[in-house]
Amino acid sequence: MADIEIEIDGKKLQANPDAMVMQVADAAGIYIPRFCYHKHLSIAANCRMCLVEVEKAPKPMPACATPVMPGMKVFTRSAKALAAQKAVMEFLLINHPLDCPICDQGGECELQDLAMGYGPDKSFYHEGKRSVKDKDIGPLISTEMTRCIQCTRCVRFGAETAGFRELGATGRGERMEIGTYIQHAMESEVSGNIIDLCPVGALTSKPFRFTARAWELEQYPSIAAHDCLGSNIYVHTLRGKVMRVVPHENDEINQTWISDRDRYSYEGLNHEDRLEKPRIRKQDGWQETDWQTALEFATQGLQRVLNAEGGNELAALASPNSTLEEFYLLQKLLRSLGSSNIDHRLRQSDFSDQETSPIFPGLDMPIADLENRDVIVLLGCNLQKEEPIASLKVRKAALKGAKIIVVNMMDYDFHFNVSHKKIIAPHQFVDAVKELTNDPAIAEIVRNAKSLAVLLGAQSLNHLESSSIRFYAEKIASLANGTVGLLTEGCNAAGAWIAGAIPHRTAAGKPVSKIGLNAETILTDARKAYILLNVEPDLDCANSIAAINALDQAECVIALSTFKNPVLEQFADVILPVAPFTETSGTFVNAEGKWQKFKGVVTPLGETRPAWKVLRVMANFLKCEGFEFESSEKVREEVHELFLQGTAGASSPRPSRKEHPSPAALRASTSPTRGEVRISRVGEIPIYSGDNIQRRAKALQATQPIIEGNVAVVKIHPLTAEKLHLKEMEPAIIKQFENRIRLTVIFDTRVPENAAYIAGGITATSGLSQLFGPVEIHKA
Amino acid sequence: MQRLIEILKSFALWDLLQGLQLTGRYLFRGKTTIQYPEEKTPTSPRFRGLHALRRYPNGEERCIACKLCEAVCPALAITIESEPRLDGSRRTTLYEIDMFKCVYCGFCEEACPVDSIVLTSFADYHIENRGENIFPKEKLLAIGDQYEPLIAKDRKEEAPYR
Repeated sequence: MADIEIEIDGKKLQANPDAMVMQVADAAGIYIPRFCYHKHLSIAANCRMCLVEVEKAPKPMPACATPVMPGMKVFTRSAKALAAQKAVMEFLLINHPLDCPICDQGGECELQDLAMGYGPDKSFYHEGKRSVKDKDIGPLISTEMTRCIQCTRCVRFGAETAGFRELGATGRGERMEIGTYIQHAMESEVSGNIIDLCPVGALTSKPFRFTARAWELEQYPSIAAHDCLGSNIYVHTLRGKVMRVVPHENDEINQTWISDRDRYSYEGLNHEDRLEKPRIRKQDGWQETDWQTALEFATQGLQRVLNAEGGNELAALASPNSTLEEFYLLQKLLRSLGSSNIDHRLRQSDFSDQETSPIFPGLDMPIADLENRDVIVLLGCNLQKEEPIASLKVRKAALKGAKIIVVNMMDYDFHFNVSHKKIIAPHQFVDAVKELTNDPAIAEIVRNAKSLAVLLGAQSLNHLESSSIRFYAEKIASLANGTVGLLTEGCNAAGAWIAGAIPHRTAAGKPVSKIGLNAETILTDARKAYILLNVEPDLDCANSIAAINALDQAECVIALSTFKNPVLEQFADVILPVAPFTETSGTFVNAEGKWQKFKGVVTPLGETRPAWKVLRVMANFLKCEGFEFESSEKVREEVHELFLQGTAGASSPRPSRKEHPSPAALRASTSPTRGEVRISRVGEIPIYSGDNIQRRAKALQATQPIIEGNVAVVKIHPLTAEKLHLKEMEPAIIKQFENRIRLTVIFDTRVPENAAYIAGGITATSGLSQLFGPVEIHKA
Repeated sequence: MQRLIEILKSFALWDLLQGLQLTGRYLFRGKTTIQYPEEKTPTSPRFRGLHALRRYPNGEERCIACKLCEAVCPALAITIESEPRLDGSRRTTLYEIDMFKCVYCGFCEEACPVDSIVLTSFADYHIENRGENIFPKEKLLAIGDQYEPLIAKDRKEEAPYR
């Protein structure tokens, strides 16, 4: 439809005929006061703050709910409009407490601002004010419901965007209250967004509560470092300390939302586990020292191994949350020392298709495009917990009518409607994916898809036969010319591939002459010297047992780490404190292949240094060539240049799809999950246990049991338990190869038969060696 | 003629006598010397002297950590850190005034919504060691406790004009 012309405040504007006055005014930069209106939520028109005068209308009209009409004349600042706004403001303030000095919203409060701008300067109200009992809605959000002005933004966010009807309104008129009705904590993984939505101080951040004022905070843009979407964030700091994280609007990625993980993980940055000084191991224990001594000690140890054993005995593991620059320098250092044993895919077990993989794993489409897909197939993916923001987009697609097909190892309760699902144990998973389109109903949906997306989550990628899953996923995608998206763990797996922190390729996908050991064989085929970049071996590696054994026998272990970790303290020779993402500059490449730069927002704690500087100086100590970088920018430029050469000048290339090796060939060399195995492990990583920062964020750790229950248990289907003679709440011995651990049995019908949910990434289960391998369970 | 009179006046030490006349007048007038520190000049209730943090009569400190004084302070002399106290109320964990930076403008008192930070009419105080110029919360509260009757009296007198 053609645009129509309307006039707002005498300004002639072109408007879409479906638009509301508010939207047209916003686009033209004309501000109309509002509380309940939010551009990403439905229109409620219940605050009445946006009343404006419309020519020929007898009464003022709410701008947010008045559709535009040809020739319409709107006055937002006329005497009539102002009087209406003033009167509404007076009514809103009737029941709002005047406790701005102790309210956390004070200074960034929409009600405060609009009361200044549009309210009366005097109150005529002397009667008693309403007061509302506070609700306890969990460790993330604190409530002060007396302050609520019933705009219902939080209610609409929960119902529409997050798909969790957790908050609602009870009562009418003055007695209307927002709450959870039956008291419980918020379980949504994006619940923190209601804090930003709340125009008053009714919903505020609990960890941030009373610690700082909006006006004293400094705001710096940054990139969230916990999932592969790379949500844009603002980090707020006070006197060199990160105080909170809020979303930075980016319509292409996260719109105005961020996940709770990205919002609250900052608490981990200020955790007492932070290392402040380099430490070296002496005969009588750990000794804190200066950088010069520590680096000399580290490089001498490394040099000894290199001289005696050669480069092949050196290996490096890096956290997938490291920056592009760190990955690049680490791999450059290793390769100039004659080793290609470097990897970041710490929780993966199947690397057999790595040589035919695209330059980097990713979504293979723009993130925003997810909401326009009409068929989405999720394979081994707990999307809502792994990538909460991507999940919001899939939900949007589902609401538009997209069909969602799920093949999972646990029956997750998604916040979108699933049209078909198959819940199957890990050892039968590949067959289930292979035979997915044998089901005529599913085959029809997939074949008729106009735009198909097949998404592989962490459970598919960490599966023992993940290359087969990828192969069959591409077969499914090829039925309707769809795309296969890999939702990698960590925030910068794509960056690691581009920088060359993989054993078979150097920067920009250039193959190496001799392929090094991968994340699994680096540990099982133990080396003499290790460099660990922000790795917690017991929690980050799929095979934590092998990791511990490998470090134990190594002659030289150099750990670059942000936090103290008992395993590192036991086996490392040098621990160098490196800065987390808020204290270093760098680049994260997200799942759609977007390079997002960020700067350090606070100075590194104590004597902590950015890891790229540490790696650079280490290279200088070892007399390696080509490490004369003065800034992380220079490193990035070098990678970018290589990347442009490697991809022949295309600025943001799609990963080139190549054929994976046939699964039959894989099957021959396949893992022990096939055959007569009875039970296989579902080694999901609990929602807030993914990386070292989250694991130390107190509020998130308090929320995890609310969302997932106790994760240090073995969850099995009652029918399977019956076969194994196990009873609920009783301890059981879990045996995986020679390793045994003891866990309590919980019955859970979400787990398929012949499978056992035993979470990874937590201390209780670090005594096992495969996330998706076979296990034996006995009564203790 | 004019010049002659001037010459005569200068010989008669006329200007000197004029000056001595004033001196003489003060010689026999009542003495106004203040025997400081035993005696003190009277001060206005509006006098802006030493800072104090006040308490409510039940002993609860007034300060609610709203940080308005910190925000308004033109000399950036006030530093506050806050957190929820165990009972859930908003309280300071750190409240410091750097007396070397303070310009005694009284804006902090103006900004305070609970009349917690006040400038007393007490002006003569000293510090002996480096670092003591930064008055911590305990010290400010102690000053408040010590001078509460005086502070309360001054506020009461000033109340009609506020």
